[in-house]
Amino acid sequence: MLPTNAGLGFKPEHFPAVIETKPPLGFFEVHAENYMGAGGMPHAMLERLRADYALSIHGVGLSIGGADPLDKTHLARLRSLCDRYQPESFSEHLAWASHGGEWMHDLLPLPYTDETLDIVCDHIDQLQEALGRKMLLENPATYLTFVQSDIPETDFLAQIARRTGCGLLLDVNNVFVSCVNHRTDPRAYLRAFPIEAVGEIHLAGHETEELPSGPLLIDSHGREVSEPVWGLFAETVTEYGPRPSLVEWDNDVPDFATLMTEASRAEAILEDARHALAS
Amino acid sequence: MPSHREFAQAFQSALRDTALPPGAHTQAPEELTRRFNVYRNNVAHGLAQALQRHYPAVTRLLGEECFSGVAHLYIERHPPRTPILTEWGVEFPNFLGGIETFSHLSYLPDVARIEWARSRAYHAADLVPVESSQLTQIAETSYLRLHPSVQTLWAATPAGSLWISQQPGAAAPPAAEDWTSEVVLVARQGLFDVITTVIPPATARLIEALLSDTPLGAACAAAGSDLDLTQALTLLIRYDLITAISQGRPE
Repeated sequence: MLPTNAGLGFKPEHFPAVIETKPPLGFFEVHAENYMGAGGMPHAMLERLRADYALSIHGVGLSIGGADPLDKTHLARLRSLCDRYQPESFSEHLAWASHGGEWMHDLLPLPYTDETLDIVCDHIDQLQEALGRKMLLENPATYLTFVQSDIPETDFLAQIARRTGCGLLLDVNNVFVSCVNHRTDPRAYLRAFPIEAVGEIHLAGHETEELPSGPLLIDSHGREVSEPVWGLFAETVTEYGPRPSLVEWDNDVPDFATLMTEASRAEAILEDARHALAS
Repeated sequence: MPSHREFAQAFQSALRDTALPPGAHTQAPEELTRRFNVYRNNVAHGLAQALQRHYPAVTRLLGEECFSGVAHLYIERHPPRTPILTEWGVEFPNFLGGIETFSHLSYLPDVARIEWARSRAYHAADLVPVESSQLTQIAETSYLRLHPSVQTLWAATPAGSLWISQQPGAAAPPAAEDWTSEVVLVARQGLFDVITTVIPPATARLIEALLSDTPLGAACAAAGSDLDLTQALTLLIRYDLITAISQGRPE
């Protein structure tokens, strides 16, 4: 289990600052696929980081929502990465990234149907079996929906958690992005979310594009967390209790101090939620 | 209703097509293409960026705009077959060599080969160099095991000097009338430092013989009479590239 504190997505350019200043963070998160070489700098940094901090390994390439069987080689690589670093948490996405042996390297959306529910549950069973541990599954940011979807996303996630025993990673920015894009109410989504299964929360920044029908939000991970997302985060942890909470900033990465400002804000909100819970 | 397999197939095709995947929906249907374009852009931009990270000197030589155009052609022809982006792009040097517009840039594929070798060296396994006290054991019958990052590249152009000239603060590249072929050593010293240096052909032949488990005496013979053995061994020792010395064939 990750500590119930704020964490940051690790960026190699921040390594010297992290080692020198030993910032008071609950954990760091890394993308699994960036640590699959044999050796060199990436592993040297991750080992050093791991010695001082709790670790979350976050996969982006397994294509859990894909129509193809999971890639056995990739499963084995994830297994050996988890064996080597013994992370407190492993997570992946409700999305797909490959088809027919080709990887698109993006988190692509899927329709929510009985067929895809079976596929996703089957893939998660296989992954949890291969890793010998429970995983967390993250809700996606989406830009369109599918007419063939006949299960709401929150129900889909709840059924996956129930059938596979996996936990969920609640990305509050993804909730806000998707709900604004689909003109639905993020608070209603959060009320319907199977919150008891949530083992981690993600926070990130998004871009806004104005379309004639209204805003189109894009999950860019390239700026500060937006005010409405901070608000939804605070409401969620105040109502349901604090969770390990990660700030992601993957593009146009700023200096480490800027990331720490974001992490400190998340920690302050978690602290308020702990007080609210105690009183 | 399409099966999930049919859906994924159609969605994947739509990423590089003008059609939209079956069932794609939004409340303002006239904005559907704009919304689907977010996925198209994410895929194209993400992959082009990844290729640029592999090939920074080629990017500087071509300019970002031109590189981006080439990257999109490459993505169409050689899409990733791996979930690990650092493993994607091995065919790029040959792909550059096949582009007619660049036929006057004969050095470009060689510079790209150097960059791919550097990326492999960066991620190569970690092996510690032998202690300097062990170096006295080196004899004609010794097998020298080299660091797994060690690679030699033979270029018909001064690709090594050109690559070096693209680095910050480096001297200008050689003038075109002084161009010669070059052999380049790419390897990693310790955990971090990827080195790129031009070496004599005989040194490269020695290194290649050592890499194929030939004992030092025979490797010297394979390298040819113009080998400067002291210079070659000094190079390998200076960059910490000898990781084992054994008198029998290594396991």
